[in-house]
Amino acid sequence: MRKAEAMSASSAYNDEKGASSNIGEPEYGHDPASGGIFSSDYKRHDDLKEMLDSNKDSLKLEAMKRIVAMIARGKNASDLFPAVVKNVACKNIEVKKLVYVYLVRYAEEQQDLALLSISTFQRGLKDPNQLIRASALRVLSSIRVTIIVPIMMLAIKEAASDMSPYVRKTAAHAIPKLYSLDPDQKDQLIEVIEKLLADKTTLVAGSVVMAFEEVCPERIDLIHKNYRKLCNLLIDVEEWGQVVIINMLTRYARTQFLNPNHNESLLEESAEKAFYGSDEEETEEKDEKEEVAALAKRKAYVMDPDHRLLLRNTKPLLQSRNAAVVMAVAQLYFHLAPKAEVGVIAKAQVRLMRSHSEVQYVVLQNVATMSIKRRGMFEPYLKSFYIRSTDPTQIKVLKLEVLTNLANETNISTILREFQTYIKSMDKDFVAASIQAIGRCATNIGEVRDTCLNGLVQLLSNRDELVVAESVVVIKKLLQMQPAQHSDIIKHMAKLTDSIQVPMARASILWLIGEYCEHVPKIAPDVLRKMAKSFTNEEDIVKLQIINLAAKLYLTNSKQTKLLTQYVLNLAKYDQNYDIRDRARFIRQLIVPTEKSGVLSKYAKKLFLALKPAPVFESPFKDRDHFQLGSLSHLLNAKATGYQELPAWPDVAPDPSVRNVEVPEWTKCSSREKRKEKVEKPFYSDSEGESGPTESADSESELPSELESGGGSGSEEGGSGSGSEESDEGSESGKEKKKKPEKIKVRKTLPESAESEHSGEEEKSVRKRKERKASSESSSEEEEESSSESSSSESESEEESESEPETKKKKKITLSKPAPKEPKNEVSLLDLDDFIPTPSPQMTPINNIVSNSLANDLQGLSFTDSSLSPTMISPSFSSVKTYELLHRITGEGLAVEYCFSRQPCSLDPHMVAVQIQFSNNTDTEAKSLRIQEPKLMSGMRMQEFPEIEVLAPGETVTVSMGIDFCDSTQAANFQLCTQTRKFYVSIQPPVGELMMPVFMSENEFKKEQVQLIKLSMGHLMGMNEINEKLTLGEKCQSDHAIVQRVTSAANLSRVPCGSDREYRFAAKTVTSGSLVLVTVVTKEGKAAQLTVNCEKMVIGTMLVKDILQALSQ
Amino acid sequence: MIHSLFLINSAGDIFLEKHWKSVVSRSVCDYFFEAQEKAVDVENVPPVIPTPHHYLISIYQDKIFFVAVIQTEVPPLFVIEFLHRVVEMFRDYFGECSEAAIKENVVTVYELLEEMLDNGFPLATESNILKELIRPPTILRSVVNSITGSSNVGETLPTGQLSIIPWRRAEVKYTNNEAYFDVVEEIDAILDKSGSTVFAEIQGVIDASIKLSGMPDLTLSFMNPRLLDDVSFHPCVRFKRWESERVLSFIPPDGNFRLMDYQVSSQNLVAIPVYVNHNINFKESGSSGRFDVTVGLKQNMGKSVEGVIMTVHMPKVVLNMNLTPTQGTYTYDPVTKILTWDIGKINPQKVPNLKGVICLQSGAPKPEENPNLNIQFRIQQLAVSGIKVNRLDMFGEKYKPFKGVKYVTKAGKFQVRT
Repeated sequence: MRKAEAMSASSAYNDEKGASSNIGEPEYGHDPASGGIFSSDYKRHDDLKEMLDSNKDSLKLEAMKRIVAMIARGKNASDLFPAVVKNVACKNIEVKKLVYVYLVRYAEEQQDLALLSISTFQRGLKDPNQLIRASALRVLSSIRVTIIVPIMMLAIKEAASDMSPYVRKTAAHAIPKLYSLDPDQKDQLIEVIEKLLADKTTLVAGSVVMAFEEVCPERIDLIHKNYRKLCNLLIDVEEWGQVVIINMLTRYARTQFLNPNHNESLLEESAEKAFYGSDEEETEEKDEKEEVAALAKRKAYVMDPDHRLLLRNTKPLLQSRNAAVVMAVAQLYFHLAPKAEVGVIAKAQVRLMRSHSEVQYVVLQNVATMSIKRRGMFEPYLKSFYIRSTDPTQIKVLKLEVLTNLANETNISTILREFQTYIKSMDKDFVAASIQAIGRCATNIGEVRDTCLNGLVQLLSNRDELVVAESVVVIKKLLQMQPAQHSDIIKHMAKLTDSIQVPMARASILWLIGEYCEHVPKIAPDVLRKMAKSFTNEEDIVKLQIINLAAKLYLTNSKQTKLLTQYVLNLAKYDQNYDIRDRARFIRQLIVPTEKSGVLSKYAKKLFLALKPAPVFESPFKDRDHFQLGSLSHLLNAKATGYQELPAWPDVAPDPSVRNVEVPEWTKCSSREKRKEKVEKPFYSDSEGESGPTESADSESELPSELESGGGSGSEEGGSGSGSEESDEGSESGKEKKKKPEKIKVRKTLPESAESEHSGEEEKSVRKRKERKASSESSSEEEEESSSESSSSESESEEESESEPETKKKKKITLSKPAPKEPKNEVSLLDLDDFIPTPSPQMTPINNIVSNSLANDLQGLSFTDSSLSPTMISPSFSSVKTYELLHRITGEGLAVEYCFSRQPCSLDPHMVAVQIQFSNNTDTEAKSLRIQEPKLMSGMRMQEFPEIEVLAPGETVTVSMGIDFCDSTQAANFQLCTQTRKFYVSIQPPVGELMMPVFMSENEFKKEQVQLIKLSMGHLMGMNEINEKLTLGEKCQSDHAIVQRVTSAANLSRVPCGSDREYRFAAKTVTSGSLVLVTVVTKEGKAAQLTVNCEKMVIGTMLVKDILQALSQ
Repeated sequence: MIHSLFLINSAGDIFLEKHWKSVVSRSVCDYFFEAQEKAVDVENVPPVIPTPHHYLISIYQDKIFFVAVIQTEVPPLFVIEFLHRVVEMFRDYFGECSEAAIKENVVTVYELLEEMLDNGFPLATESNILKELIRPPTILRSVVNSITGSSNVGETLPTGQLSIIPWRRAEVKYTNNEAYFDVVEEIDAILDKSGSTVFAEIQGVIDASIKLSGMPDLTLSFMNPRLLDDVSFHPCVRFKRWESERVLSFIPPDGNFRLMDYQVSSQNLVAIPVYVNHNINFKESGSSGRFDVTVGLKQNMGKSVEGVIMTVHMPKVVLNMNLTPTQGTYTYDPVTKILTWDIGKINPQKVPNLKGVICLQSGAPKPEENPNLNIQFRIQQLAVSGIKVNRLDMFGEKYKPFKGVKYVTKAGKFQVRT
């Protein structure tokens, strides 16, 4: 290599170093003894030659191993060539392989001698063993000797029609080798490629497309006939081939199909630019609306089915373990998919970010580019780009880039808060990048510009010069954008000159004041005055800027500053530093008009106060997407050798019929046979039909016969299914669970005590509840809801399986009574909080008792837990009040009671869960109990319980429903129907039930409290705070009693508190999620003070009333 | 595609080179050394370095740089992923991927590299296939080979290479048929000063160790597959069945492999098992500071939290630390400025605390920011996401295998901001 010579000095150093470190070492070969003796190179490998010439294979092998070890270390072993090449026909396969390794390495240097071996390979090409044929071709094609080109060509052609797909694969690999050796063979090679492209085995597909890409990437026409086949085979091709094929197909699709976003991009160009200027806002809704409009106006875009085929068949590959495959699919979607579908790739990309740091680096580069164009796609994953202090700097900077790209009006406050922590990092390069990122956010999002500026101004007092310098630069840029509006900041910075000592910052501030002295006409001269005073003590850069400032002021406001300027210039004239003396002299000549310097001084003002263009903050990743994503060129932002430009979409689609394949009858047959014989069935795409029968047949042998039915439905686990199926499944998995301890050999001893299971479960349920809280905060998380809903119904039926008559497991389970502790715990292994307040289609009375008692057990647990652990939200359970919904007499024997279970409603986090207990006191069955005609106030919603089909006489059943009261105490009215009667009833919630507990620390509590009070400042002081004095009731003196009374009055959770006279409680309203903070301070005697902070005044006042009552009783 | 490969140790010696096309002089690595010098930290060496005639794509694993030389456009991830596959293969073969192991087995390494790439394009990267082609070195085999003269190189084409199931070797036989699955979950989290969660997610993997004879077709189902938000699979998993039924159906490779990676849906809030109370401050005047950190169990999960280790990268001005742990041992390395506190197992009753004085370099300004705390821990027999394997069924073979599932929760990138 030419480069090598240039670097010879350092490489010599390396060689030397390598050599010296190896002198004492034994050879890498397996026998240290022999290595020790013959290690030095100076004997010119005589010993090795001897060994190679011997008759013993073991000696030859030993010699070859040592030679290969030399090659591996990069040592020259070329002089052994004659001795080695003799052994090319050796019988021992390992020797042979090592000889091949040697041959491939040195054949280029010793072409004549290499020819000696060719005949061996030619013989090998005819061998009946496909492995030998393939390896002969591999080595033959790897020998880079131009004389054998015709031989290679012949061999490749022959191998391309070999019976064995493995040999054909090798032929495909040989094509680029031959092409690089002799590009003149291109035409012939294309013929071979064409032939191999038609191959129907997955083994060949990847390799031949690779050859296609290296030899004739421009011959896109060769792909037409094979396009559909490649799409269909794709999932079964090995992963490396997948990458190459997907990249090639991306290019292909760009030439053959129409832009699915065509209409949009037109609109974007015309309408959006006109209306929204440079604002890059891309809200989905708007796009959709526009899309609709566009579709209406323009002729409808219909996606080519082949285009769709490609998108559909590549999508599953997003789940590949291979990052390169995932990236390939991601770029395919980015470049080819309709805008609405591109989103699917975000999740996979975020997943890749958890891989090795090198993978992260590449993925982040691509995400950075994508996030500029399709910001919405990554917004949900914002937090995945948060930076850890352990990330390498290059990763940090890239994440910062992505975060900046993702910033918009809604998330900017969170992002800025993150940035604030980054600024304090120890990694100063990263801090500098963070400051720049803040600057970019500030320019892009007008709303936060002032906040950012203020933050940055504060950074000016940072001790680290880099931070200051960077902030000054950013502030300068920001101010340059609209200096007029920010004269106050310039003023502020002027004030900072008194306190800031960092010279760089002082200098920058002086520059700013000088530059914008017109905006601060009064302050600027004063600053100059102060600076003149301290001139002699300043650092040089500051002095220079003082001179600058003086000059600028002299030009704009000479009346006031003439003398000051003179003074400064005089000081500078005698400064120790010649730079400063020079500058002073130069400026004096320029600005003070004298006879000599007439010409220039006329232009002095223009020179000094020229309008400096505001610098533009731009992402370095802008417009990088003209490179194919995931490519090396994209990463380097420069065209790499061999990069194939991504073609622009055609205006008119080329004829799609070119992809039609006419399959002659006989090939169809043979190909199908081939598939059956050799390829078996395609691995992924096997249909249920195929796997079905074997499964059931095998499950017989596998499982005890009693479980057979379960085994069948077990595979349907995924579907949430309807009633009867579900119960089957439930019973199956219930049994399965009991079986598990026997069946599964647990490697580590696992004391699965009931309690530990319990608390583990508890923990989980708590987390679930937390989720709900989270989702009540943001309404966009309905997915989770639906999933928990269905999982709850599943667990419900699981529960049921316990009580279903099971002949074989009777011993363990008793029927209609609450199940004994053991099995109950096992049941609770599932998401236990899910099955408590859930309506289930086939809930039977007995089960509900079980589940209720179980629920209570667990609620008890959760209570004790919550006192131990922060951040956990569990409804604090003191006593559940029941209310009457329908009296026994008015209900003609049907009594209905309800209570607020204080569980987060599993159906909808914005609903209050209500448990309703029906008891049938008659001696006839009550049938089809249900809700009808709910009359709700506007905004209120109700999730009815499923109809209870039969309620036997004397039985009691509990169901739960959810009501969204909209944070009001208005009653929910509805009709309760039986088969024969209708009753008008209403549920009115006490205000305390309209909230759910949140857990927070004392500090958080205080912070929130201050926040709430602040909020109300705008209106009337104290709007959000209600204070009330009270006298505690007789029985309400102890800590415990107070806490208990408050928590029973309202669904609050206790906040740990330092003082023993204070009790704090917190909750959130169920619907709107506004905070409710309650503080009780006990005073001398029985006096106490109650404070309630809540945004909702009505709730606050009512709550005060309720708690007062509870405490003073 | 991949032209050459250089392995470079931490001292900057190129200790192995392999060329798949014509030879590229090792002096090309000088560009790499240059970049390495510039980066200061090994982690900051850019993975892709352009040079006038080549591009260098490198990964850093086990104190070794794997530098691939390429000449033409190729997806960088393709190369990076392949290099990692090489590392995995070395670990698989030699138990570790150290310089010593590679040097010791240099011939096997060379044979492996030869099989893995052909003309720079990956050829066989499945461990099952490679192991048929080149047998891993064992003491027994090397003894046998030296006596009988037989070799480590297989003579027939691995059947997997040709079949549609390239990851499984044929004619596997075991006397004890076993299938073990490890569900390992990691909690990645960032906690802020006050202990509230800035970001937390759970990611898990299922590692399998399958020693089953013949061609078993396994089906693994979960109790609660809906928890799994994002998944990636070993190629053996039938994606269609996962999509339709949420079960993992696969013919496993023989031996150890990673069956799937998953992420628990991001809507699920993550239970953080430990809390950290910290009070680190540096005094403005004088050259000392206080350090007081407590690590405790947040929720009683019923499982003990073990292997708790806290590492802190202290600011440069910290000269030394005089601390007293109530539990475990601590070390402070004044050179790397890394404080490590090995706590071990945390009892719910006793809360480990590390308290003491920080000695600062005198005269230097006090650090502006407190260092972040990195926490490691492990909880046995618990998958924190709540994922549970429901059952494992085997089809296609008649025998009855032993089955086992183990759950572990670990801290991933778990960081507490202070």
